[in-house]
Amino acid sequence: MTAAWIAVLATAAGCYALKLTGLTVPQRVLGNPRVRRFAELVPVALLAALVAAQAGTSGHAISVDPARLAGLGAAVIALLLRAPFLLVIVVAAATAALLRLAGVA
Amino acid sequence: MPAATPVRDGVGLGLAVGVSGLAFGAAAVSSGLTTWQACALSALAFTGASQFALAGAMASGGLLAGTVGAILLGSRNALYGLRLAGLLQVSGPRRLLAAVGVIDETTAVALAQPDRTSARSGFLATFVTIYLTWNVCTLAGAVGAGQLGSPQRLGLDVVGPAAFLALIWPRLRSGGTERAVALLGAAIALGCTPLLPTGAPVILATVAAVAGALWSPPTAEPDPVSSRPEPQQ
Repeated sequence: MTAAWIAVLATAAGCYALKLTGLTVPQRVLGNPRVRRFAELVPVALLAALVAAQAGTSGHAISVDPARLAGLGAAVIALLLRAPFLLVIVVAAATAALLRLAGVA
Repeated sequence: MPAATPVRDGVGLGLAVGVSGLAFGAAAVSSGLTTWQACALSALAFTGASQFALAGAMASGGLLAGTVGAILLGSRNALYGLRLAGLLQVSGPRRLLAAVGVIDETTAVALAQPDRTSARSGFLATFVTIYLTWNVCTLAGAVGAGQLGSPQRLGLDVVGPAAFLALIWPRLRSGGTERAVALLGAAIALGCTPLLPTGAPVILATVAAVAGALWSPPTAEPDPVSSRPEPQQ
C-alpha cells in the first residue's frame, strides 16, 4: 500500500468518524441554551472562514486573484437581487471565466 | 406543497455543488493522486474541503500534515452532526448511513427548513443528489483532467466560495450577531493562513462562534429550527 493510499483511507476514516460522532453524542448536550446558540453559529463561522480561505488565500499566503474576487462580487450582487442558488453559482463562475478569457484579470 | 420546497432546494443545491466534483477530480489527478484514489475520497470521505486539502497536500508533498489538516477540516461535520441529530432522529444502520451525508450543504438545507419533516426531506434530497453528482463528476473530472481545460479557466475555483456564501446568506440577513460571527470567522481564517497548517485556520474560526454564543442572548425557542425565518435560496 502506498503512502498516498494510506493518506486517502486515513482521511476517509477520520472524516466519517467525525460525522458519526456528531450524530451519536447525547442530545442533552444541546439542552443548554448557550451550547445550542453555539451550534447554530458554528456553520456561519466555518462557512464564512471557508469563503475567505478559498477566495483569498493560496497555500499559506494571502492571494488576490482579481477574477476570483470579481466572481465572488458578482455572487454578492446576485444574492442581493435574490437570485436562486444555481444562478448565483453560474453568475460567479461565468464572471471569473469571462474576465480570464478577456485577459482583463 | 410543504415537501416541495426542501426537495427542490436540496436537488438544486446538490446538482450545483456536485458538479464541482469535476474540479476536485481534475485537481486530485493533476496533483498526483490516481483516479481511483480521487474516487475513493469522494465515495468514502465525501466532504469537499477536506478532499481538496488532501489533494493540495499531495501536490506540495506534506502528506502527513495534509492528512491531519484534512481530518481537522472535517471536524466541523461533527458539530453539524450534533446540530442535525435532533432533526433526523436516526438510529442503527440508518444512522451509520446518514452519517456519510453530514456535510456543509445538507446541514444548511436541513437547518433552513421551517419544520422537522421538511428538514428531513431536505437533508435526504440534498444528500442523495450531491452524493451521486459529486461521485460521478469526480470520476469524470479525474478521467478528463487536462482535456476539459483548466478548472480556473472555467471559473470553477469560484464555485466553492460562491456556494458557501449563498448558503450562509439567509443567516447573515437574519441577525447582527450572525454577521459579526461571519466577519470574525473570515478574519481569523485569513489572518492565520500564513501561520498555521492547512485546514487549521478554518477550524480555529470556531472561536468566532464561541464568541457569538457568549455575546448574544441565547434563543428562547425550545426548537431552534423554528426560528429560521428564511427558506433556503
